Amino acid sequence: MIGGLFIYNHKGEVLISRVYRDDIGAVQLPVSVHVVVTSLWPCRRNAVDAFRVNVIHARQQVRSPVTNIARTSFFHVKRSNIWLAAVTKQNVNAAMVFEFLYKMCDVMTAYFGKISEENIKNNFVLIYELLDEILDFGYPQNSETGALKTFITQQGIKSQTKEEQSQITSQVTGQIGWRREGIKYRRNELFLDVLESVNLLMSPQGQVLSAHVSGRVVMKSYLSGMPECKFGMNDKIVIEKQGKGTADETGKSGKQSIAIDDCTFHQCVRLSKFDSERSISFIPPDGEFELMRYRTTKDIILPFRVIPLVREVGRTKLEVKVVIKSNFKPSLLAQKIEVRIPTPLNTSGVQVICMKGKAKYKASENAIVWKIKRMAGMKESQISAEIELLPTNDKKKWARPPISMNFEVPFAPSGLKVRYLKVFEPKLNYSDHDVIKWVRYIGRSGIYETRC
Amino acid sequence: MTDSKYFTTTKKGEIFELKAELNSDKKEKKKEAVKKVIASMTVGKDVSALFPDVVNCMQTDNLELKKLVYLYLMNYAKSQPDMAIMAVNTFVKDCEDPNPLIRALAVRTMGCIRVDKITEYLCEPLRKCLKDEDPYVRKTAAVCVAKLHDINAQLVEDQGFLDTLKDLISDSNPMVVANAVAALSEIAESHPSSNLLDLNPQSINKLLTALNECTEWGQIFILDCLANYMPKDDREAQSICERVTPRLSHANSAVVLSAVKVLMKFMEMLSKDLDYYGTLLKKLAPPLVTLLSAEPELQYVALRNINLIVQKRPEILKHEMKVFFVKYNDPIYVKLEKLDIMIRLASQANIAQVLAELKEYATEVDVDFVRKAVRAIGRCAIKVEQSAERCVSTLLDLIQTKVNYVVQEAIVVIKDIFRKYPNKYESVIATLCENLDSLDEPEARAAMIWIVGEYAERIDNADELLESFLEGFHDESTQVQLQLLTAIVKLFLKKPTETQELVQQVLSLATQDSDNPDLRDRGYIYWRLLSTDPVAAKEVVLAEKPLISEETDLIEPTLLDELICYIGTLASVYHKPPISGPPLAASSVQMGAVDLLGGGLDSLMGGSGFTAPGPAAPAGMGAPLGSGLGDLFDLTGGVGTLSGSYVAPKTVWLPAMKAKGLEISGTFSRQVGAISMDLVLTNKALQVMSDFAIQFNRNSFGLAPAAPLQVHAPLAPNQSVEISLPLNTVGSVMKMDPLNNLQVAVKNNIDVFYFSTLYPLHILFVEDGKMERQMFLATWKDIPNENEAQFQIKDCSLNADAVSNKLQGSNIFTIAKRNVEGQDMLYQSLKLTNGIWVLAELRIQPSNPSFTLSLKCRAPEVSQYVYQAYDAILKN
Repeated sequence: MIGGLFIYNHKGEVLISRVYRDDIGAVQLPVSVHVVVTSLWPCRRNAVDAFRVNVIHARQQVRSPVTNIARTSFFHVKRSNIWLAAVTKQNVNAAMVFEFLYKMCDVMTAYFGKISEENIKNNFVLIYELLDEILDFGYPQNSETGALKTFITQQGIKSQTKEEQSQITSQVTGQIGWRREGIKYRRNELFLDVLESVNLLMSPQGQVLSAHVSGRVVMKSYLSGMPECKFGMNDKIVIEKQGKGTADETGKSGKQSIAIDDCTFHQCVRLSKFDSERSISFIPPDGEFELMRYRTTKDIILPFRVIPLVREVGRTKLEVKVVIKSNFKPSLLAQKIEVRIPTPLNTSGVQVICMKGKAKYKASENAIVWKIKRMAGMKESQISAEIELLPTNDKKKWARPPISMNFEVPFAPSGLKVRYLKVFEPKLNYSDHDVIKWVRYIGRSGIYETRC
Repeated sequence: MTDSKYFTTTKKGEIFELKAELNSDKKEKKKEAVKKVIASMTVGKDVSALFPDVVNCMQTDNLELKKLVYLYLMNYAKSQPDMAIMAVNTFVKDCEDPNPLIRALAVRTMGCIRVDKITEYLCEPLRKCLKDEDPYVRKTAAVCVAKLHDINAQLVEDQGFLDTLKDLISDSNPMVVANAVAALSEIAESHPSSNLLDLNPQSINKLLTALNECTEWGQIFILDCLANYMPKDDREAQSICERVTPRLSHANSAVVLSAVKVLMKFMEMLSKDLDYYGTLLKKLAPPLVTLLSAEPELQYVALRNINLIVQKRPEILKHEMKVFFVKYNDPIYVKLEKLDIMIRLASQANIAQVLAELKEYATEVDVDFVRKAVRAIGRCAIKVEQSAERCVSTLLDLIQTKVNYVVQEAIVVIKDIFRKYPNKYESVIATLCENLDSLDEPEARAAMIWIVGEYAERIDNADELLESFLEGFHDESTQVQLQLLTAIVKLFLKKPTETQELVQQVLSLATQDSDNPDLRDRGYIYWRLLSTDPVAAKEVVLAEKPLISEETDLIEPTLLDELICYIGTLASVYHKPPISGPPLAASSVQMGAVDLLGGGLDSLMGGSGFTAPGPAAPAGMGAPLGSGLGDLFDLTGGVGTLSGSYVAPKTVWLPAMKAKGLEISGTFSRQVGAISMDLVLTNKALQVMSDFAIQFNRNSFGLAPAAPLQVHAPLAPNQSVEISLPLNTVGSVMKMDPLNNLQVAVKNNIDVFYFSTLYPLHILFVEDGKMERQMFLATWKDIPNENEAQFQIKDCSLNADAVSNKLQGSNIFTIAKRNVEGQDMLYQSLKLTNGIWVLAELRIQPSNPSFTLSLKCRAPEVSQYVYQAYDAILKN
């Protein structure tokens, strides 16, 4: 299991160090030596320093997120310029360690916002307290922020009643570890956001090399009590199953249903029920959480098509023409459109003409960045640029990185539709109809690239 | 208020100031002071001098302050064990606190104070906490048992904590169950022979129920534990699989991977004709693909695992090639792994797409990635015959780019393509020769020289080309020197008239001026061959070479099976099995502090507790077990054992029918402490066999080959070869049924074959198995009676002394002999390689040919096999 956890700043200075097991860099010095050694943490310091020397200060780019130094394995993730490293000597579950590090970041963000050196130093006592709670002897324990916030408060201990105490412990260890009892709202309300990122890799000739949508359903719930929820969408499998009874309906809704390649759920969803009946039922955590993630590859609506044309005029000039076409209902508007056209490293000057929006050559990023605030469906726009190059004797050809695009559209490119979200709370007197529900669809570009 | 001020640099005299503040009457000031202490501790300052003052702050109602003090204690208690005792009282008191959070905190912290003296005080509170009414306390206590076991394993056993822990598996709270499973799994790892995690259909059912209810982390613990279970039949395997598959939709990638591990493992037991088998295969693909949309670090772990899965069951992902296409912004470690998998999935159906991608990658920036992409093109050519032509032309295009490292890499792979498709693409040689000057890497130079030598008759100026290399002969690397020597000899054999001078020159360079023995030897051999029998030389040097196959980079099947059992773990990331057992701690002492800090590169090679696979393994594994081996070879205990123990006659293990003509028969022997497997390999096929290799599956006593299987010459049809393969017992351990079952894989140039055999237990009886008399008596009494097993050895007409002598030859030592009412009683002891002692009482009646054997052992499951060994030894 995890032997220790360290947080470093960009210089490699240790901000947090928590050791769970002696075996990491376990140089067991005899007691007499202890007295001589100035630092009383000889072993820990070794592990700490080894990582700094070999990873943070390494001259080369990081070649692997798992590093092996002197029989000790270091797992690291980086958030802005902060390094989080978990250390172990055993054959641990590697996937679990990374999931834990991400979770650790989530928990810290939920407590004090952005993970920065400043924030970590300001909250180091809190972080130690959290680390003590969510990792015991290197085994991850309940790390749901909702539950943690009930008893790790940084307020010292308030005189809890016995009832409160046992409520906390039963929640932390309980089957519904993510929600406490006795939540009350005057207005029962929930928000569903279907957030999709559409990914594309297209060849210069316009052939789709790979395309997929990875989507998330994020729910914000403000519901009283312990509500049972049931979520339904236009999943092909469900609709076909129901369609068997009424053949008529299959024809109508069959077109609109979508084939989901795979989906994963928040831990509140009863997976065995999904497996057997394909129904999504759960008791939600209070507030915001990610209900599910899914992936589709079939019948994706690609909101934009990029048509590049790059021509080399002699050795010192490039002509680039890029056309983008929007491909959705004319009544809808795409926003925050940005097209990034890479330029060679030896570019000396660029002249751009575009019909719409603003375009600029950014020398520091080696790209022409073309921004359009809004664009309706079924339209097209064009940019042309002349790039002047410095003559070089570099034999290596320019790698021609792909043209990438960013945008936001008000629909789900996968075609996913929320059919219902039913709420039942048998103990309290509100029904499904009393809950105010909001649904919103946002499609964003993931990695949306066209080779040129 | 911010806490960062505590990190500010300090001046001299700080410790005294802190001391004063810690002893302040004001609570706020005290707390501030403790925070400063913790901050100093974090940045590596020594604040141990404040130990008594900090401990004084422990008695407080303020939970935050208490936690800080505990943190300090955990770090410094070890260096000040006597002072740490001061804290014990508070812990014991806290364990009785009405607030469950405080009870849990106390028991959690106490377990982290790794001071021997404290552990005895820990037992009582821990016992109470394990039975606490509050699940939060119980789940914390469960982990605490593992902590205590790490400090003092004996104490945990003596206090009966293991049984309590086992009971917790039936706890009503899922999180308690999960933590108990985690703790038991860890403890069981250090006792491979014990039956701690007694998994049976009932307990499995409990775990599967808890699986649905516990936290994501708990699910991982349970799934990892389930993976170690062996279902009794395919129906049970299927029903477990059915209950595990829903986990594939979990948001936590580690849960998904652990579920995949269970499914991959249990799938082995399912019949391929079953509908369910197909369904399961289909269900595995989507979650594996989904893992690739996780964060890059997890993608990396997933890709390393998918690499294994694709080798084991290529059918799962064969249609998913596109998801492994490299994205421009992927981190380099993800790119390299994706590339690897792309090649594994390449087939005739998708080769066009793959090649187009690879060509794209070969123009990227990262040198390693580009090289790998070029190499991949070559591998595609070898793997998919239909694409070879296209691959070669792509490689030629790349050579035209004149990018130095691309050209070199291309030449290396083209050499392999020539070896796969001889006499097909030689037209490209001219292009290759144009780039001769730009080659500066040994591998590329060697490849080019090989090509020139191999096709010397078609290259007009081959002699000039080779001569140009010869100028700087001594500055070349060995690889190039050897290749150059061979190439020139080939050239001479093909065009003897004009190259005599050249060949003499190279032979004298290799034999007289070089101090590399390999080079000298090769030089002499050529020299003698050429001078004594040029015809034979031609036959040897210009012999037709076997075609190379595409599967050279596959992981060995037995290793692959083993790694599949480690899906999700570090072993699967490194593609190396972990060293099992505790000796890791011993080895780390040798590494030392200096090594950790300075030995960046060379220690990187070492692998954390992992050894290199393949032939290098025995050496690597031997090292940490140094002391153990010493014991093994310590012969002072054994007297007159030089003759070695009893060896059973050879039996046929692998009939030729089942192994494409390879017949293997063999037996096991033990001589002077060395175990060996004596094999006879017989070639009953019509073709020559070569490239033999052997590997064992994990087994109960960690038997493993101590050296690679060495068959020096290829085995001609109807020929046999006798080999003695040395074994050791430092391999990985897995309990087998029957206990002495050994699964073996033997590979040759034709295929890989599997068989299993039972080894007699007496090859594991070590030479120092003679117990002291007193010790014997005490141990005999100490082992409970239910561990005693009785057997009859029939039809044996030896007298007591003869029996004793015979057994001693096989390391069963007679400690005492008594004569009771005309019966001879022999008291004997023996020790197994893994340290298990077996005590025996053998009753011999002069008139009766049946002996009665009573065996007592702490691990009673070995008794039956010990009896079999007795029986075999006495009857021969």
